[in-house]
Amino acid sequence: MTARIGVVTFPGSLDDRDALRAVRLAGAEPVSLFHADTDLGDVDAVVLPGGFSYGDYLRAGAIARFAPIMDSIVDAANGGMPVLGICNGFQVLTEVHLLPGSMIKNEHRHFICRDQTLRVENAQTAWTSEYRQGEEIVVPLKNQDGQYVADEHTLDELEGDGRVAFRYVGWNPNGSRRDIAGITNARGNVVGLMPHPEHAVEPGFGPDSVESGRMGTDGLAFFTSAIKGLLAKA
Amino acid sequence: MPKIIVDVMPKPEILDPQGKAIGAALARLGIEGFREVRQGKRFEFKVHGEITDEVLAKVRHAAETLLSNPVIEDVVSVKQKECGGNCGCGHAKSAEAPNGQKDLLA
Repeated sequence: MTARIGVVTFPGSLDDRDALRAVRLAGAEPVSLFHADTDLGDVDAVVLPGGFSYGDYLRAGAIARFAPIMDSIVDAANGGMPVLGICNGFQVLTEVHLLPGSMIKNEHRHFICRDQTLRVENAQTAWTSEYRQGEEIVVPLKNQDGQYVADEHTLDELEGDGRVAFRYVGWNPNGSRRDIAGITNARGNVVGLMPHPEHAVEPGFGPDSVESGRMGTDGLAFFTSAIKGLLAKA
Repeated sequence: MPKIIVDVMPKPEILDPQGKAIGAALARLGIEGFREVRQGKRFEFKVHGEITDEVLAKVRHAAETLLSNPVIEDVVSVKQKECGGNCGCGHAKSAEAPNGQKDLLA
């Protein structure tokens, strides 16, 4: 069996192609899904990619959250299907209430693009099981509305339940509460993060590593984690 | 043509980076003396015909579902703005709202 992982293209998605490519490089079959579709076909997992869906008009992710395909994604996520939201995809997952909190403009008010170190705080989710707990990884980060906010009660709950999946290390690039870079739902099948693992999956095209330039592939294990989980279930 | 106006503001406890940028730009222009500037959003709904309770209910629903995100924003008002009686739509200026606005949030 080959796992089939869908990537949704919204009007204004930018990183859908890179996400499809990451799925393929990780060993699964990439499936293009369209915002106007109403069902997910026979995919086993879904990625909501980065970009500026619907121009980020109103709020990042606010209009995409009502796209026709989203009802099926919410149903599938509630049924346990692995769903990953990257950057704008994370914003969509918060707007559709699959994940708590929200993103506002970066504290320093600049668009930021850099290779960012993250610590894997929860290596038991559907998208992080191939990492070690506490492992530090480097993946690109690029956003303007990346500041994660939630009320104190929600933040305490996320911390207490181990639902902070990733934290920024070394420097908090956007003022996110408690250095949070990504979170998961209680079940561990839905994960959202602002940095971009799909841009760190192939030597020569990833972040700089200690050995040589652009060789970082730390993002690949997001996808191999999901594939391994899906094949174990099959 | 009668309009319904919805105002949405960032929650008081949420830092408003856009407002902060505007505050800094005002200071550079020498327009000073303000403790804080916060930026919100205003939405205008033009209505076919009369503004009925049903229409208002729809706008309130829109304000709470799509126009604002309760995690970071508050709907601070939903107001009716009369045309002032000079647009040719047949509406006279509202007697009970001399400023042309009635707060309909409550």
